[in-house]
Amino acid sequence: MSKLSVEHLLGIKHLQKEDLELIFSTADNFKQVINRPIKKVPSLRDITIANLFFENSTRTKLSFELAEKRLSADIINFSSANSSVKKGETLIDTVNNILSMKVDMVVMRHPNPGAAEFLSKHVDAKIVNAGDGAHEHPTQALLDAFSIREKYGDVNGKNVVIVGDILHSRVALSNIFCLQKLGANVKVCGPLTLIPKHIKTLGVEVVTNLKEALKWCDVAMMLRIQLERQDMKFFPSLREYSMLYGLDKQLLDSLDKQITVMHPGPINRGVEITSDVADSKQSIILNQVENGVAVRMAVLYLLAGKKE
Amino acid sequence: MKHSDRIILDSKQFDLTIKRLSHQLIENYNDFSNTIIIGLQPRGTFLAKRIQEELHSINKDYSIQLGALDVTFYRDDYRRQGDPLVPNETEMNFEIENKNVILVDDVLFTGRTIRSGLDAMLSFGRPSKVELMVLINRRYERHLPIQADYIGKNVHSVVSERVKVTWKETDGNDEVTLYTPDNE
Repeated sequence: MSKLSVEHLLGIKHLQKEDLELIFSTADNFKQVINRPIKKVPSLRDITIANLFFENSTRTKLSFELAEKRLSADIINFSSANSSVKKGETLIDTVNNILSMKVDMVVMRHPNPGAAEFLSKHVDAKIVNAGDGAHEHPTQALLDAFSIREKYGDVNGKNVVIVGDILHSRVALSNIFCLQKLGANVKVCGPLTLIPKHIKTLGVEVVTNLKEALKWCDVAMMLRIQLERQDMKFFPSLREYSMLYGLDKQLLDSLDKQITVMHPGPINRGVEITSDVADSKQSIILNQVENGVAVRMAVLYLLAGKKE
Repeated sequence: MKHSDRIILDSKQFDLTIKRLSHQLIENYNDFSNTIIIGLQPRGTFLAKRIQEELHSINKDYSIQLGALDVTFYRDDYRRQGDPLVPNETEMNFEIENKNVILVDDVLFTGRTIRSGLDAMLSFGRPSKVELMVLINRRYERHLPIQADYIGKNVHSVVSERVKVTWKETDGNDEVTLYTPDNE
């Protein structure tokens, strides 16, 4: 198979296992490309991509931009902070105005869940979801799974625990879909106030004891506490959270095996993960960032090349 | 094999051709210390490997470095012909800066693959000289001004015909046939 089953990348939920494998094998080639002396290929030279960021982002935005540039696409960037959105323009109007400047693809981050899907139904361009509220963040899940695959050779059969603020995390949901489709076993761990009520319907087990979860897993994915999305107190204090759900070197060394530690960034050092763990040999946090560019190149290449 | 199929090289001629190409290289290069050979994926890599082995069997001192180059991301028909092609692996575990490069493919036809191959190769650095070797040179249908320096065999064919190169490694025998595909 050489094409994706979807026209847009809205969420991992809509992808088949074959799609994931195609993205990974293509990303293998792009990872090789970005380690060459000249890191650029001409594939997307006749494509224009708009990066629309209605919400703050550093990593994802830079990663997409770099992926697009490495593919030779023309790009325009937009962030809502200093735009006409503040004047009351609707999403569809904003995007259609941008598209009338002959844009072929849109990469969008938006605070509202479903924004990417909504857009895909109303505008004529290929849409890549770069995070929609607490819903999905498909490219993050792809790069996470790609990094696990790189480390272990395969995702199938691996035990992965996602720790922390599951309730507010789009990374958690996309990762649950992605890892399960690839045959991994997924558990979530965190204070019950930060675990969505119906998460068990996704076939995910909930553990509240971090040490127990770590003993079980091959990979621990530590999530950031998303204070900006928390409109009420979900736990008494950061210090208490850190004591119960933070990963430090002592805890990591107390396990009888070498687990792999991941984090989607940005890290709150000293809250969900201590500095010595983040910078340890068991952490693949910076590999995740490198792989992000390769995976995004694969997604853009496969979507842009798909015949209508 | 159908009646219309025509064998251009049988396995014996195939072997002789590889030997001849190897000797032509020796004639031109003497010493291969600054030379590398790069096969274009997927099918040029077989010829590149054979030439490397043949050179080594002629003289043990001829150990020439071998690379495999995938051109998928450099093709000019992306988004113009069907869905994207599945890329193959690239193996270029050496510097090409200031080296002599022998670029190898199985069939030279329109020249477009070689054009992509040159682009792909140049993204690894600036070689001092590049030559092109092909097993089969299909004449009269070039789209670009590209010619080979070492040619296994020239073939005069019409556009509707296809050249099929089979290799011992994957297909069981070494052979080149010219055939006319059905329904095209």
